[in-house]
Amino acid sequence: MFSPQTIKKDFPIFTYHPARNATHSVAGGPDLVYLDSAATTLKPRVVIEAEKEYLEHYSANIARGLYPLAEKATEKFEMVREKVSTFIGAESAKEIIFTSGTTDSLNLAARLLASRLEAGDTIITTAMEHHSNFLPWKELAKKNGLHFRVIPLTEKGTIDIEILKNTIDERTKIVAFSAVSNVLGTINPVKEITTLIKNINPSTIVVIDAAQAVSHMPIDVSEWNADFVAFSGHKMFGPTGVGILYGKSSLLNTLSPVTFGGGMVIDACADETVYKEAPYRFEAGTPNIGGIIALGTAIDYMKSIGMENIQKYEHTLTVYALNRLRETFGENIHIIGPTYPEKQSGIIAFTLSTIHPHDIAATLGEHDICVRAGEHCASPLHKSLGLHATTRISFSIYNSKKDIDKCIAILEEIQTMFSK
Amino acid sequence: MSLYQDLILDHYRNPRNQGVLKNATHYAEVSNLSCGDKLCIDIIVKNDIIEDVKFSGSGCAISQASASLLTEHIKNQSVEKALMLEPKDILELLGVTLSPNRLKCGLLSLETVKKALTQSK
Repeated sequence: MFSPQTIKKDFPIFTYHPARNATHSVAGGPDLVYLDSAATTLKPRVVIEAEKEYLEHYSANIARGLYPLAEKATEKFEMVREKVSTFIGAESAKEIIFTSGTTDSLNLAARLLASRLEAGDTIITTAMEHHSNFLPWKELAKKNGLHFRVIPLTEKGTIDIEILKNTIDERTKIVAFSAVSNVLGTINPVKEITTLIKNINPSTIVVIDAAQAVSHMPIDVSEWNADFVAFSGHKMFGPTGVGILYGKSSLLNTLSPVTFGGGMVIDACADETVYKEAPYRFEAGTPNIGGIIALGTAIDYMKSIGMENIQKYEHTLTVYALNRLRETFGENIHIIGPTYPEKQSGIIAFTLSTIHPHDIAATLGEHDICVRAGEHCASPLHKSLGLHATTRISFSIYNSKKDIDKCIAILEEIQTMFSK
Repeated sequence: MSLYQDLILDHYRNPRNQGVLKNATHYAEVSNLSCGDKLCIDIIVKNDIIEDVKFSGSGCAISQASASLLTEHIKNQSVEKALMLEPKDILELLGVTLSPNRLKCGLLSLETVKKALTQSK
Protein backbone atom coordinates (compact mmCIF):
# COMPACT_ATOMS: atom_id res chain seq x y z
CA MET A 1 0.00 0.00 0.00
CA PHE A 2 1.27 3.45 -0.83
CA SER A 3 1.43 6.40 1.50
CA PRO A 4 -0.51 9.62 0.82
CA GLN A 5 2.46 11.59 2.16
CA THR A 6 4.64 10.24 -0.67
CA ILE A 7 1.85 10.80 -3.21
CA LYS A 8 1.39 14.40 -2.04
CA LYS A 9 4.97 15.11 -3.12
CA ASP A 10 3.93 14.35 -6.70
CA PHE A 11 1.47 17.27 -6.67
CA PRO A 12 3.07 20.74 -6.84
CA ILE A 13 -0.03 22.43 -5.38
CA PHE A 14 0.95 21.11 -1.93
CA THR A 15 4.22 23.03 -2.05
CA TYR A 16 2.78 26.28 -3.34
CA HIS A 17 2.78 29.26 -0.97
CA PRO A 18 1.04 32.35 -2.27
CA ALA A 19 1.04 35.47 -0.08
CA ARG A 20 -1.78 35.55 2.42
CA ASN A 21 -3.86 38.69 2.54
CA ALA A 22 -6.49 39.90 4.92
CA THR A 23 -9.59 38.69 3.13
CA HIS A 24 -8.52 35.57 1.32
CA SER A 25 -7.00 32.45 2.75
CA VAL A 26 -4.11 30.52 1.28
CA ALA A 27 -4.90 28.65 -1.95
CA GLY A 28 -2.50 25.74 -1.81
CA GLY A 29 0.47 24.78 0.30
CA PRO A 30 1.17 21.91 2.68
CA ASP A 31 -1.91 22.55 4.83
CA LEU A 32 -4.31 22.39 1.91
CA VAL A 33 -7.02 19.78 2.47
CA TYR A 34 -8.49 19.10 -0.94
CA LEU A 35 -11.72 17.12 -0.68
CA ASP A 36 -13.24 18.05 -4.03
CA SER A 37 -11.76 15.52 -6.42
CA ALA A 38 -15.20 14.66 -7.80
CA ALA A 39 -15.20 18.19 -9.27
CA THR A 40 -11.66 17.89 -10.58
CA THR A 41 -8.56 16.05 -9.44
CA LEU A 42 -5.33 17.89 -8.72
CA LYS A 43 -2.57 17.56 -11.29
CA PRO A 44 0.68 15.68 -10.66
CA ARG A 45 3.97 17.25 -11.72
CA VAL A 46 4.56 14.67 -14.48
CA VAL A 47 1.31 15.66 -16.18
CA ILE A 48 2.13 19.37 -16.02
CA GLU A 49 5.61 18.65 -17.38
CA ALA A 50 4.24 16.57 -20.27
CA GLU A 51 1.97 19.36 -21.44
CA LYS A 52 4.76 21.90 -20.99
CA GLU A 53 7.15 19.70 -22.94
CA TYR A 54 4.77 19.56 -25.89
CA LEU A 55 4.29 23.34 -25.83
CA GLU A 56 7.99 24.07 -25.49
CA HIS A 57 9.62 21.36 -27.61
CA TYR A 58 7.34 20.10 -30.37
CA SER A 59 4.14 22.14 -30.52
CA ALA A 60 3.38 21.26 -34.14
CA ASN A 61 -0.04 20.28 -35.44
CA ILE A 62 -0.79 16.59 -35.87
CA ALA A 63 -1.65 14.36 -38.81
CA ARG A 64 -0.65 16.80 -41.55
CA GLY A 65 2.99 17.89 -41.29
CA LEU A 66 5.78 15.91 -42.93
CA TYR A 67 8.59 17.33 -40.84
CA PRO A 68 10.04 15.64 -37.74
CA LEU A 69 8.34 17.90 -35.18
CA ALA A 70 4.89 17.23 -36.63
CA GLU A 71 5.68 13.53 -36.86
CA LYS A 72 6.70 13.46 -33.21
CA ALA A 73 3.52 15.28 -32.14
CA THR A 74 1.38 12.90 -34.19
CA GLU A 75 3.12 9.85 -32.82
CA LYS A 76 2.81 11.00 -29.18
CA PHE A 77 -0.83 11.95 -29.77
CA GLU A 78 -1.82 8.62 -31.34
CA MET A 79 0.03 6.72 -28.61
CA VAL A 80 -2.47 8.16 -26.13
CA ARG A 81 -5.31 6.61 -28.12
CA GLU A 82 -3.60 3.25 -27.58
CA LYS A 83 -3.03 3.98 -23.89
CA VAL A 84 -6.66 4.95 -23.27
CA SER A 85 -7.84 1.92 -25.19
CA THR A 86 -5.77 -0.49 -23.07
CA PHE A 87 -6.57 1.38 -19.85
CA ILE A 88 -10.35 0.96 -20.21
CA GLY A 89 -10.33 -2.47 -21.87
CA ALA A 90 -11.47 -1.39 -25.34
CA GLU A 91 -10.89 -3.85 -28.17
CA SER A 92 -9.08 -1.35 -30.35
CA ALA A 93 -7.70 2.20 -30.29
CA LYS A 94 -10.15 2.94 -33.12
CA GLU A 95 -12.90 2.89 -30.50
CA ILE A 96 -11.46 5.98 -28.79
CA ILE A 97 -12.77 9.42 -29.86
CA PHE A 98 -11.08 12.48 -28.35
CA THR A 99 -13.44 15.22 -27.15
CA SER A 100 -13.22 18.21 -24.82
CA GLY A 101 -14.74 16.43 -21.80
CA THR A 102 -17.56 14.20 -20.56
CA THR A 103 -20.19 16.80 -21.42
CA ASP A 104 -18.88 17.08 -24.97
CA SER A 105 -18.67 13.26 -25.23
CA LEU A 106 -22.27 12.75 -24.16
CA ASN A 107 -23.55 15.53 -26.43
CA LEU A 108 -21.60 13.95 -29.29
CA ALA A 109 -23.13 10.54 -28.53
CA ALA A 110 -26.59 12.11 -28.58
CA ARG A 111 -25.96 13.85 -31.90
CA LEU A 112 -24.45 10.72 -33.46
CA LEU A 113 -27.50 8.68 -32.49
CA ALA A 114 -30.10 11.27 -33.53
CA SER A 115 -30.52 9.97 -37.08
CA ARG A 116 -31.40 6.48 -35.79
CA LEU A 117 -34.40 7.69 -33.81
CA GLU A 118 -38.02 7.99 -34.82
CA ALA A 119 -40.94 9.76 -33.17
CA GLY A 120 -42.43 7.50 -30.52
CA ASP A 121 -39.11 5.89 -29.55
CA THR A 122 -37.99 6.03 -25.93
CA ILE A 123 -34.83 7.29 -24.24
CA ILE A 124 -34.28 6.27 -20.63
CA THR A 125 -32.04 7.86 -18.04
CA THR A 126 -32.04 7.84 -14.22
CA ALA A 127 -32.69 10.26 -11.37
CA MET A 128 -29.06 10.12 -10.24
CA GLU A 129 -27.57 11.57 -13.41
CA HIS A 130 -25.36 14.64 -13.67
CA HIS A 131 -26.97 17.28 -15.91
CA SER A 132 -24.52 16.28 -18.66
CA ASN A 133 -26.05 12.80 -18.86
CA PHE A 134 -29.58 14.16 -18.54
CA LEU A 135 -30.01 17.31 -20.63
CA PRO A 136 -28.55 16.02 -23.95
CA TRP A 137 -31.07 13.14 -23.84
CA LYS A 138 -33.95 15.33 -22.72
CA GLU A 139 -33.25 17.76 -25.58
CA LEU A 140 -32.81 14.94 -28.10
CA ALA A 141 -36.17 13.50 -27.04
CA LYS A 142 -37.88 16.89 -27.27
CA LYS A 143 -36.52 17.62 -30.75
CA ASN A 144 -37.43 14.21 -32.18
CA GLY A 145 -40.78 13.62 -30.49
CA LEU A 146 -39.45 10.80 -28.31
CA HIS A 147 -40.53 9.64 -24.87
CA PHE A 148 -38.08 10.60 -22.14
CA ARG A 149 -38.23 8.41 -19.04
CA VAL A 150 -36.33 8.99 -15.80
CA ILE A 151 -35.91 5.88 -13.63
CA PRO A 152 -36.30 6.73 -9.92
CA LEU A 153 -33.94 5.58 -7.21
CA THR A 154 -34.53 3.18 -4.34
CA GLU A 155 -34.34 4.39 -0.73
CA LYS A 156 -30.74 3.19 -0.70
CA GLY A 157 -29.76 5.55 -3.50
CA THR A 158 -29.47 2.87 -6.18
CA ILE A 159 -31.22 2.70 -9.56
CA ASP A 160 -34.61 1.00 -9.15
CA ILE A 161 -33.91 -2.08 -11.29
CA GLU A 162 -37.50 -3.35 -11.16
CA ILE A 163 -38.84 -0.11 -12.60
CA LEU A 164 -36.07 -0.05 -15.20
CA LYS A 165 -36.96 -3.62 -16.22
CA ASN A 166 -40.61 -2.71 -16.65
CA THR A 167 -39.85 0.47 -18.61
CA ILE A 168 -37.69 -1.09 -21.34
CA ASP A 169 -39.58 -2.29 -24.40
CA GLU A 170 -39.09 -2.69 -28.15
CA ARG A 171 -39.21 1.11 -28.65
CA THR A 172 -36.38 1.74 -26.13
CA LYS A 173 -33.50 3.01 -28.25
CA ILE A 174 -31.13 4.44 -25.64
CA VAL A 175 -30.50 3.87 -21.93
CA ALA A 176 -27.99 6.27 -20.36
CA PHE A 177 -26.74 5.92 -16.77
CA SER A 178 -23.66 6.64 -14.71
CA ALA A 179 -21.10 4.11 -13.47
CA VAL A 180 -20.74 6.09 -10.24
CA SER A 181 -23.08 8.84 -9.01
CA ASN A 182 -21.35 12.21 -8.61
CA VAL A 183 -23.43 13.00 -5.50
CA LEU A 184 -24.31 9.74 -3.80
CA GLY A 185 -21.10 7.92 -4.69
CA THR A 186 -23.26 4.91 -5.58
CA ILE A 187 -21.30 2.34 -7.60
CA ASN A 188 -23.75 0.94 -10.13
CA PRO A 189 -23.34 -2.68 -11.26
CA VAL A 190 -22.82 -1.58 -14.88
CA LYS A 191 -22.30 -5.04 -16.37
CA GLU A 192 -25.43 -6.46 -14.69
CA ILE A 193 -27.59 -3.50 -15.71
CA THR A 194 -26.31 -3.58 -19.31
CA THR A 195 -26.97 -7.32 -19.51
CA LEU A 196 -30.48 -6.83 -18.18
CA ILE A 197 -31.20 -4.09 -20.73
CA LYS A 198 -29.84 -6.10 -23.66
CA ASN A 199 -31.71 -9.23 -22.58
CA ILE A 200 -34.97 -7.34 -22.90
CA ASN A 201 -34.04 -5.39 -26.04
CA PRO A 202 -30.72 -6.33 -27.70
CA SER A 203 -30.80 -3.31 -30.02
CA THR A 204 -30.91 -0.75 -27.18
CA ILE A 205 -27.81 1.46 -27.13
CA VAL A 206 -26.33 1.64 -23.63
CA VAL A 207 -24.45 4.84 -22.77
CA ILE A 208 -22.31 5.02 -19.62
CA ASP A 209 -21.16 8.21 -17.92
CA ALA A 210 -17.93 6.98 -16.35
CA ALA A 211 -16.58 10.39 -15.27
CA GLN A 212 -16.61 9.46 -11.57
CA ALA A 213 -15.26 5.95 -12.11
CA VAL A 214 -12.15 6.02 -14.32
CA SER A 215 -9.66 7.38 -11.80
CA HIS A 216 -11.03 5.44 -8.85
CA MET A 217 -11.36 1.79 -9.92
CA PRO A 218 -10.32 -0.54 -12.72
CA ILE A 219 -12.85 -0.44 -15.54
CA ASP A 220 -13.38 -2.72 -18.49
CA VAL A 221 -15.73 -1.37 -21.15
CA SER A 222 -15.72 -4.64 -23.10
CA GLU A 223 -16.85 -6.54 -20.02
CA TRP A 224 -19.49 -3.86 -19.39
CA ASN A 225 -20.70 -4.46 -22.95
CA ALA A 226 -21.60 -0.77 -23.17
CA ASP A 227 -22.00 0.91 -26.56
CA PHE A 228 -20.74 4.33 -25.52
CA VAL A 229 -18.65 5.30 -22.48
CA ALA A 230 -17.84 8.94 -21.69
CA PHE A 231 -15.29 10.44 -19.30
CA SER A 232 -13.09 13.50 -18.71
CA GLY A 233 -9.34 13.90 -18.53
CA HIS A 234 -9.45 16.43 -15.71
CA LYS A 235 -11.10 14.02 -13.27
CA MET A 236 -8.27 11.53 -13.83
CA PHE A 237 -5.25 13.75 -13.07
CA GLY A 238 -5.13 15.14 -16.61
CA PRO A 239 -5.75 18.67 -17.88
CA THR A 240 -9.16 20.26 -18.44
CA GLY A 241 -10.49 20.48 -21.99
CA VAL A 242 -9.82 16.83 -22.78
CA GLY A 243 -12.30 13.98 -22.78
CA ILE A 244 -13.01 10.59 -24.25
CA LEU A 245 -15.96 9.02 -25.96
CA TYR A 246 -15.48 5.29 -26.28
CA GLY A 247 -17.74 3.73 -28.90
CA LYS A 248 -18.00 0.07 -29.83
CA SER A 249 -16.41 -0.40 -33.28
CA SER A 250 -19.45 -2.19 -34.69
CA LEU A 251 -21.56 0.84 -33.77
CA LEU A 252 -19.09 3.62 -34.70
CA ASN A 253 -18.67 2.13 -38.18
CA THR A 254 -22.37 2.64 -38.86
CA LEU A 255 -22.50 6.28 -37.72
CA SER A 256 -22.03 9.41 -39.83
CA PRO A 257 -20.09 12.45 -38.65
CA VAL A 258 -21.95 15.40 -37.16
CA THR A 259 -19.12 17.96 -37.05
CA PHE A 260 -17.37 18.84 -40.28
CA GLY A 261 -14.04 20.40 -41.19
CA GLY A 262 -10.35 19.67 -41.27
CA GLY A 263 -8.76 16.32 -40.50
CA MET A 264 -11.83 14.13 -40.95
CA VAL A 265 -12.25 13.89 -44.71
CA ILE A 266 -10.65 11.93 -47.58
CA ASP A 267 -12.36 13.54 -50.58
CA ALA A 268 -14.09 16.82 -49.94
CA CYS A 269 -14.64 17.62 -53.63
CA ALA A 270 -16.59 14.54 -54.66
CA ASP A 271 -20.39 14.90 -54.98
CA GLU A 272 -20.65 12.36 -52.19
CA THR A 273 -18.02 13.54 -49.69
CA VAL A 274 -15.78 10.69 -48.58
CA TYR A 275 -14.99 10.74 -44.89
CA LYS A 276 -12.21 9.01 -42.98
CA GLU A 277 -12.88 5.86 -40.98
CA ALA A 278 -13.92 5.95 -37.32
CA PRO A 279 -12.81 7.47 -34.99
CA TYR A 280 -11.08 10.12 -37.16
CA ARG A 281 -14.24 11.16 -38.98
CA PHE A 282 -15.69 12.24 -35.61
CA GLU A 283 -12.73 14.51 -34.78
CA ALA A 284 -12.98 17.57 -37.03
CA GLY A 285 -10.55 20.38 -36.30
CA THR A 286 -7.33 20.58 -34.30
CA PRO A 287 -7.75 18.88 -30.93
CA ASN A 288 -6.17 19.84 -27.59
CA ILE A 289 -2.91 18.12 -28.54
CA GLY A 290 -0.85 19.04 -25.48
CA GLY A 291 -3.74 18.19 -23.18
CA ILE A 292 -4.23 14.78 -24.75
CA ILE A 293 -0.52 13.98 -24.58
CA ALA A 294 -0.61 14.97 -20.88
CA LEU A 295 -3.65 12.71 -20.40
CA GLY A 296 -1.47 9.85 -21.60
CA THR A 297 1.00 10.72 -18.87
CA ALA A 298 -1.84 10.81 -16.32
CA ILE A 299 -2.75 7.26 -17.34
CA ASP A 300 0.88 6.16 -16.92
CA TYR A 301 0.87 7.80 -13.49
CA MET A 302 -2.28 5.96 -12.37
CA LYS A 303 -0.94 2.68 -13.72
CA SER A 304 2.31 3.14 -11.80
CA ILE A 305 0.25 3.28 -8.60
CA GLY A 306 -2.17 0.58 -9.71
CA MET A 307 -5.94 0.96 -10.05
CA GLU A 308 -6.60 -1.82 -7.52
CA ASN A 309 -4.38 -0.05 -5.01
CA ILE A 310 -6.18 3.23 -5.63
CA GLN A 311 -9.57 1.57 -5.20
CA LYS A 312 -8.53 -0.17 -1.97
CA TYR A 313 -7.00 2.96 -0.51
CA GLU A 314 -9.96 5.21 -1.31
CA HIS A 315 -12.25 2.53 0.12
CA THR A 316 -10.45 2.68 3.49
CA LEU A 317 -10.84 6.48 3.46
CA THR A 318 -14.56 6.18 2.68
CA VAL A 319 -15.17 3.66 5.48
CA TYR A 320 -13.20 5.83 7.90
CA ALA A 321 -15.03 9.02 6.92
CA LEU A 322 -18.50 7.46 7.07
CA ASN A 323 -17.80 6.02 10.53
CA ARG A 324 -16.26 9.19 11.92
CA LEU A 325 -19.03 11.42 10.55
CA ARG A 326 -21.69 9.20 12.13
CA GLU A 327 -19.82 8.89 15.46
CA THR A 328 -19.23 12.62 15.69
CA PHE A 329 -22.56 14.03 14.57
CA GLY A 330 -25.03 11.20 15.24
CA GLU A 331 -28.55 12.23 14.37
CA ASN A 332 -27.50 15.73 13.31
CA ILE A 333 -25.91 14.45 10.12
CA HIS A 334 -27.93 13.11 7.24
CA ILE A 335 -25.67 11.21 4.85
CA ILE A 336 -27.27 10.82 1.44
CA GLY A 337 -26.53 7.70 -0.55
CA PRO A 338 -25.91 4.00 -0.05
CA THR A 339 -23.92 4.61 3.20
CA TYR A 340 -22.70 1.04 3.15
CA PRO A 341 -19.24 1.49 1.75
CA GLU A 342 -18.99 -1.64 -0.39
CA LYS A 343 -21.35 0.07 -2.84
CA GLN A 344 -20.03 3.58 -2.34
CA SER A 345 -17.01 5.18 -3.95
CA GLY A 346 -15.12 8.03 -2.30
CA ILE A 347 -17.97 10.53 -2.56
CA ILE A 348 -20.03 11.47 0.50
CA ALA A 349 -22.85 14.05 0.37
CA PHE A 350 -24.58 15.17 3.53
CA THR A 351 -26.58 17.81 5.35
CA LEU A 352 -25.64 18.89 8.88
CA SER A 353 -28.41 20.08 11.23
CA THR A 354 -30.17 22.91 9.41
CA ILE A 355 -26.95 24.66 8.43
CA HIS A 356 -26.95 25.84 4.84
CA PRO A 357 -24.34 23.90 2.81
CA HIS A 358 -22.96 27.18 1.44
CA ASP A 359 -22.14 28.31 4.98
CA ILE A 360 -20.46 24.95 5.66
CA ALA A 361 -18.35 25.05 2.49
CA ALA A 362 -17.44 28.72 2.92
CA THR A 363 -16.33 28.22 6.53
CA LEU A 364 -14.34 25.08 5.65
CA GLY A 365 -12.80 27.11 2.84
CA GLU A 366 -11.62 29.70 5.35
CA HIS A 367 -9.63 26.84 6.91
CA ASP A 368 -8.09 25.75 3.59
CA ILE A 369 -10.45 22.79 3.34
CA CYS A 370 -12.00 22.49 -0.12
CA VAL A 371 -15.41 20.86 -0.41
CA ARG A 372 -18.35 21.42 -2.72
CA ALA A 373 -21.81 22.72 -1.77
CA GLY A 374 -24.94 22.97 -3.85
CA GLU A 375 -26.76 20.66 -6.21
CA HIS A 376 -23.57 19.36 -7.84
CA CYS A 377 -25.15 19.64 -11.31
CA ALA A 378 -27.71 17.04 -10.26
CA SER A 379 -30.93 18.96 -9.66
CA PRO A 380 -33.24 16.01 -10.58
CA LEU A 381 -31.58 14.02 -7.78
CA HIS A 382 -31.86 16.80 -5.21
CA LYS A 383 -35.45 17.41 -6.21
CA SER A 384 -36.27 13.73 -5.73
CA LEU A 385 -34.68 13.85 -2.27
CA GLY A 386 -36.53 17.07 -1.41
CA LEU A 387 -33.26 18.92 -0.82
CA HIS A 388 -32.04 22.25 -2.15
CA ALA A 389 -28.39 21.59 -1.56
CA THR A 390 -25.92 19.25 0.09
CA THR A 391 -22.28 19.43 1.13
CA ARG A 392 -20.07 16.95 -0.69
CA ILE A 393 -16.64 15.64 0.19
CA SER A 394 -14.78 13.45 -2.27
CA PHE A 395 -11.47 11.66 -2.08
CA SER A 396 -8.48 10.85 -4.19
CA ILE A 397 -5.06 9.30 -3.66
CA TYR A 398 -3.50 12.39 -2.07
CA ASN A 399 -5.99 12.44 0.81
CA SER A 400 -5.28 10.96 4.21
CA LYS A 401 -7.24 10.13 7.35
CA LYS A 402 -5.70 13.29 8.78
CA ASP A 403 -7.54 15.32 6.11
CA ILE A 404 -10.81 13.75 7.22
CA ASP A 405 -10.01 14.46 10.89
CA LYS A 406 -9.24 18.12 10.11
CA CYS A 407 -12.47 18.46 8.14
CA ILE A 408 -14.52 16.90 10.95
CA ALA A 409 -12.87 19.10 13.59
CA ILE A 410 -13.89 22.23 11.67
CA LEU A 411 -17.36 20.78 11.01
CA GLU A 412 -17.74 20.50 14.82
CA GLU A 413 -16.84 24.20 15.14
CA ILE A 414 -19.32 25.02 12.39
CA GLN A 415 -22.04 23.15 14.23
CA THR A 416 -21.49 25.32 17.31
CA MET A 417 -21.03 28.51 15.33
CA PHE A 418 -24.29 28.20 13.40
CA SER A 419 -26.46 26.63 16.09
CA LYS A 420 -29.52 28.72 16.83
CA MET B 1 -10.87 37.91 7.98
CA SER B 2 -13.69 35.43 8.29
CA LEU B 3 -16.89 36.15 6.45
CA TYR B 4 -18.83 35.11 9.52
CA GLN B 5 -18.25 38.07 11.83
CA ASP B 6 -20.11 38.34 15.16
CA LEU B 7 -22.60 40.82 13.70
CA ILE B 8 -23.60 38.44 10.90
CA LEU B 9 -23.79 35.43 13.21
CA ASP B 10 -25.85 37.43 15.71
CA HIS B 11 -28.40 38.45 13.08
CA TYR B 12 -28.44 34.88 11.71
CA ARG B 13 -29.06 33.33 15.15
CA ASN B 14 -31.43 36.04 16.37
CA PRO B 15 -33.05 37.49 13.27
CA ARG B 16 -34.85 40.82 13.72
CA ASN B 17 -38.17 41.36 11.98
CA GLN B 18 -38.71 37.72 11.14
CA GLY B 19 -42.31 36.79 10.42
CA VAL B 20 -45.26 37.90 8.31
CA LEU B 21 -47.54 40.93 8.36
CA LYS B 22 -51.21 40.21 7.88
CA ASN B 23 -52.02 43.80 6.94
CA ALA B 24 -49.11 44.25 4.56
CA THR B 25 -49.62 46.80 1.82
CA HIS B 26 -46.63 45.53 -0.12
CA TYR B 27 -45.29 42.01 -0.62
CA ALA B 28 -42.67 40.26 -2.75
CA GLU B 29 -41.00 36.90 -2.93
CA VAL B 30 -37.67 36.19 -4.64
CA SER B 31 -35.90 32.86 -5.00
CA ASN B 32 -32.26 32.28 -5.67
CA LEU B 33 -32.57 29.05 -7.64
CA SER B 34 -28.88 28.18 -7.61
CA CYS B 35 -28.75 28.10 -3.78
CA GLY B 36 -32.35 27.20 -3.08
CA ASP B 37 -32.71 30.39 -1.00
CA LYS B 38 -36.14 31.97 -0.80
CA LEU B 39 -37.04 35.29 0.74
CA CYS B 40 -40.48 36.82 1.32
CA ILE B 41 -40.94 40.43 2.44
CA ASP B 42 -44.10 41.97 3.93
CA ILE B 43 -44.23 45.76 4.26
CA ILE B 44 -46.79 48.19 5.67
CA VAL B 45 -46.46 51.63 4.06
CA LYS B 46 -48.34 54.61 5.46
CA ASN B 47 -47.89 58.14 4.09
CA ASP B 48 -44.85 57.00 2.13
CA ILE B 49 -43.16 55.78 5.31
CA ILE B 50 -42.24 52.11 5.93
CA GLU B 51 -44.16 51.64 9.14
CA ASP B 52 -43.39 47.94 9.52
CA VAL B 53 -41.50 45.26 7.66
CA LYS B 54 -41.02 41.53 8.18
CA PHE B 55 -39.20 38.79 6.32
CA SER B 56 -39.63 35.03 6.06
CA GLY B 57 -38.12 32.22 4.04
CA SER B 58 -34.92 30.25 4.25
CA GLY B 59 -31.36 30.57 3.15
CA CYS B 60 -27.73 30.74 4.15
CA ALA B 61 -26.42 32.83 7.04
CA ILE B 62 -25.45 35.65 4.70
CA SER B 63 -28.89 36.00 3.09
CA GLN B 64 -30.67 35.69 6.46
CA ALA B 65 -28.42 38.18 8.24
CA SER B 66 -28.69 40.59 5.35
CA ALA B 67 -32.52 40.42 5.49
CA SER B 68 -32.45 41.02 9.23
CA LEU B 69 -30.07 43.98 8.96
CA LEU B 70 -31.85 45.55 5.99
CA THR B 71 -35.33 45.33 7.50
CA GLU B 72 -33.97 46.93 10.67
CA HIS B 73 -32.42 49.68 8.55
CA ILE B 74 -35.46 50.58 6.46
CA LYS B 75 -38.05 50.52 9.24
CA ASN B 76 -39.46 54.05 9.71
CA GLN B 77 -37.62 55.19 6.61
CA SER B 78 -39.30 56.76 3.59
CA VAL B 79 -40.09 54.58 0.60
CA GLU B 80 -38.12 56.94 -1.59
CA LYS B 81 -35.00 56.55 0.55
CA ALA B 82 -35.33 52.77 0.69
CA LEU B 83 -35.61 52.60 -3.10
CA MET B 84 -32.37 54.52 -3.39
CA LEU B 85 -30.36 51.89 -1.48
CA GLU B 86 -27.52 50.36 -3.44
CA PRO B 87 -25.55 47.10 -3.13
CA LYS B 88 -22.69 48.95 -1.44
CA ASP B 89 -25.08 50.03 1.33
CA ILE B 90 -25.92 46.39 2.05
CA LEU B 91 -22.24 45.46 2.19
CA GLU B 92 -21.77 48.35 4.61
CA LEU B 93 -24.58 47.00 6.80
CA LEU B 94 -23.02 43.52 6.70
CA GLY B 95 -19.55 44.90 7.37
CA VAL B 96 -17.76 42.41 5.08
CA THR B 97 -16.72 42.10 1.46
CA LEU B 98 -18.45 39.32 -0.45
CA SER B 99 -16.97 37.20 -3.22
CA PRO B 100 -18.92 37.27 -6.51
CA ASN B 101 -20.42 33.88 -5.57
CA ARG B 102 -21.84 35.13 -2.28
CA LEU B 103 -22.92 38.55 -3.54
CA LYS B 104 -26.23 37.06 -4.71
CA CYS B 105 -26.89 35.82 -1.15
CA GLY B 106 -26.10 39.19 0.37
CA LEU B 107 -28.19 41.17 -2.10
CA LEU B 108 -31.27 38.92 -2.14
CA SER B 109 -32.88 41.02 0.61
CA LEU B 110 -32.39 44.29 -1.27
CA GLU B 111 -33.80 42.83 -4.45
CA THR B 112 -36.86 41.54 -2.59
CA VAL B 113 -37.47 44.80 -0.70
CA LYS B 114 -37.26 46.86 -3.89
CA LYS B 115 -39.56 44.46 -5.70
CA ALA B 116 -42.08 44.68 -2.85
CA LEU B 117 -42.00 48.47 -2.74
CA THR B 118 -42.62 48.79 -6.46
CA GLN B 119 -45.68 46.55 -6.43
CA SER B 120 -48.74 46.89 -4.23
CA LYS B 121 -50.20 43.81 -2.60
